[in-house]
Amino acid sequence: MTGNVRLQELAVNESGFVFDPHTGLTYTANETARYVIEQMKAGSAVENIVEGIKAEFEADGRDVYRHVLEFIHNLQEQGLSSLEAPVE
Amino acid sequence: MSRKPYEKPMLVKHQLGMLNKFGSVPSVEPMVSIDGVAVAELLEKYGSPLFVFSEQSIVDKTEELNEAFKLRYPKTTVAWSYKTNYLDAICKVFHREGSWAEVVSEFEYDKAIHNGVPGSRIIFNGPLKPADALEKAFRNKSIVNLDNFDELQTAEEVAEKINEDVSIGIRVNLGTSATPPWGRFGFNLDNGQARDAVRRILAGGKLSLNGLHCHLGTFIQQPEAYQEQSAKLALFANWLREEHSITLDYIDIGGGIASCNTLHTQYLPGSQTTPPLSRFAEAVSSGLSELSCQPDDYPTLFLETGRALIDDAGYILTSVVANKRLPDGQRSVVIDAGVNILFTAFWYKHEIVPAQPVSGTPEQAIIHGPLCMNIDVIRPSLLFPPVEVGDKLVIKSVGAYNVTQWMQFITYRPAVVMISTSGEHALIRRAEELSTITDMEEVPGWLQD
Repeated sequence: MTGNVRLQELAVNESGFVFDPHTGLTYTANETARYVIEQMKAGSAVENIVEGIKAEFEADGRDVYRHVLEFIHNLQEQGLSSLEAPVE
Repeated sequence: MSRKPYEKPMLVKHQLGMLNKFGSVPSVEPMVSIDGVAVAELLEKYGSPLFVFSEQSIVDKTEELNEAFKLRYPKTTVAWSYKTNYLDAICKVFHREGSWAEVVSEFEYDKAIHNGVPGSRIIFNGPLKPADALEKAFRNKSIVNLDNFDELQTAEEVAEKINEDVSIGIRVNLGTSATPPWGRFGFNLDNGQARDAVRRILAGGKLSLNGLHCHLGTFIQQPEAYQEQSAKLALFANWLREEHSITLDYIDIGGGIASCNTLHTQYLPGSQTTPPLSRFAEAVSSGLSELSCQPDDYPTLFLETGRALIDDAGYILTSVVANKRLPDGQRSVVIDAGVNILFTAFWYKHEIVPAQPVSGTPEQAIIHGPLCMNIDVIRPSLLFPPVEVGDKLVIKSVGAYNVTQWMQFITYRPAVVMISTSGEHALIRRAEELSTITDMEEVPGWLQD
């Protein structure tokens, strides 16, 4: 994940306020999104992110894998991540 | 360690210009019940999707309209516009509240009779009134407003056939500074055609003219248009009395008053831009003050207000069937109610709200219906909270035209329910099933096994 400069530079505070220093644009991330961004910055693979969410959140019965993939695609489309979803 | 509540991960870009002098971004407040009845209970009992009508809303709006006009012009009578919604139960509420029936076809005429409306309380408009229908209406002493010279001739033939005194009104069209031309129906008042029609009626000697009818257009938000209309009609009534000694029994200003829905082309919500009914009443009474007759001779004012009375009384309850992300990144929410039952989605930004508490960050979304058609879009864009498959939504202000112009297309039209003023609920139209469709069909002998 070290090549994912844009994502590494995103400023994310604890209340979910996200600032992109490249564009000056700001975003709101919910708690799960913050978790995924932190994990991506740390270089976690999708499978590990999904397992981590299931452990920390009440996600029983939810298609967390699909949600995480969709979120990562969303980051790419908004120009906030340069990488495809990393898979182990 | 207790786990935190899960929300699908979402990142929403902040939009500039979302706050302005007109107010903030509209919030999406859940609507868990209608007139005290839980949405979940209605869907559980009658299925999804489901049309729901509030009897209380109809009663309140009808009372508001009557009060607004009768305060300013006491000889006012409201006639329920059947084409706007002719479900029997809906019509019966309006009739119970004192409304006559305004119909625009023989089918609607028969439906009004079927609903127990006396013939003398039916106003028969519309561009097609076959001879048989005219005969029925004339014998029943209904109010008939003629549309064109050919229909005038047919009416004369029918009057001669039944050998009775027959009174008729004529429909006229006219220009106002606030509405687009609506010249297809009736005789034009501005170019003298309406005066020619009067002369033609008098020359025929078989019909008596006793009323004027004019319907300006649709979704009119400008009261001043009605002021111009009623003033022109009043001046025409003065001319009829002065030139031809005709005293009119009624002036019918039609319908067309906007509901509180929001057109796609509007920036501000309809709840802010549609004037209250009292302003329309003020405008009409101001226009009618041009009448030069004695107060005892003032004609009855007929109103055919439809949309403004029934739109807000109707809801569609619907269920989320899928969440999708489109190739261009847009979020799509697919629901089980399509444009075949909600064709007003092509005109209005219908308000859509969840029927249960929601959490999570709202994100711009397209609301798609379930039809296998690309144009099945209920809302092209709205800020909407996260929803899951199975969540219930309420689409507001769908009461006008949808249950008369809906299409049976690839699926069954849903049930329609009414909630009474006391909070009871009951079916007023059953959901369709396969036999509803196939019972109308025939298979020729050579195709049968």
